Amino acid sequence: MERKRGIEVLVVEDSVDDSELTEFAIAQTKNNIQLIHFSDGVDALNFIFGKKKYEGQEIQKGLKLVVLDIGLPTLTGFDILRKIREEHSTKMLPVVILTSSLDERDMSMAYELGANSYVVKPNEFEGYMKKIGSLAFYWSCVNERPYQI
Amino acid sequence: MEKDDAIEVLLVEDNPDDTELTTHALTEGNKTIRLLHLKDGVEALNFIYAKKTYENQKIQNDLKLVLLDLKLPRLDGLEVLRKIKEDERTATLPVVILTSSREKRDIAEAYKLGVNSYVVKPVGFDNYVKTISSLAFYWCLVNEKPV
Repeated sequence: MERKRGIEVLVVEDSVDDSELTEFAIAQTKNNIQLIHFSDGVDALNFIFGKKKYEGQEIQKGLKLVVLDIGLPTLTGFDILRKIREEHSTKMLPVVILTSSLDERDMSMAYELGANSYVVKPNEFEGYMKKIGSLAFYWSCVNERPYQI
Repeated sequence: MEKDDAIEVLLVEDNPDDTELTTHALTEGNKTIRLLHLKDGVEALNFIYAKKTYENQKIQNDLKLVLLDLKLPRLDGLEVLRKIKEDERTATLPVVILTSSREKRDIAEAYKLGVNSYVVKPVGFDNYVKTISSLAFYWCLVNEKPV
C-alpha cells in the first residue's frame, strides 16, 4: 500500500455509504489528514500490528486515531478495541467508536473497554459532515497523542 | 439542582489568567454552556462526589466534560483523574487534561490513568479560542456517554 505523508487516521467501517461519507467529511476539514480505510476487523488488526502482508512495518506508531464501527464482519469493533488495549504498543492509542447505535449498553461497553470517545452517526448529510469534521479536527489537531516511553 | 440547571462542564484550574481565557473560549461558540470553575483538586472531588459543601447534591456523573489542569493546589490533576477513573460511579465521565506541559511523562501517565484526551494549551489568543471552542463543541455536542 502506498502511504502518503500526513496525519493518519484509521477507519474500520464495512458500510460503503458510511465509509464514503466519512472520507468526504474528513477531506472537507483540509487538515492534511491521511485516512486509511478497512472494511474488515482482521485486516485492520493485521495493519495495526504489522502482521501478514504488513509485516515489518511499524504501523501503529504513525497513527493518531482509530475510528471503529461496532458491527463489522469477522471481528466486532469491541473485539478490535479490546485487542488494541491489551497490547503494550497500542494500549494508549486514541480510539473513537463511530456507530449508529444509541444503545446505552454499547456505550457502557465501549467505555469499559477503554474507548476514548463514542460518537453516534447522524442521519442527515449536514449533521454528518459537521460531526465527523469536528471529530477529525479534534483528534488530529487538538488532542496530543501519547508517546511510548 | 434542577436538571435544566445541571452543570455540563467542570473546569479545574488555579491560574486566574488561564481561567478567564478558557472560560471565554469555552463559551465563545456556545453561550448557554453551563460551566462551573473550581480552583483545586480537593474541591473538584468534593463537588463530583457530593461531599462537604456539596453534600446535599447528587454525585456529578452526568457531566459532559471535566477539564483538568495538571498542576493544582492540594491535589494535582493526575490524582483527580485517577480517582474519577477508579470509581465505577464516575469511570465513564469524559476527562480532558488541559495543560501547558508537553512532557512525555505527563502525557503517558495521563493516558495510563485513562484520560479521554490530553490537550496542550495553545499559544496566542486566537489559537487558544479556536482550540478550546473545538474542544467544547466536540465533548458537549459530538461525544456521547451513557446516562
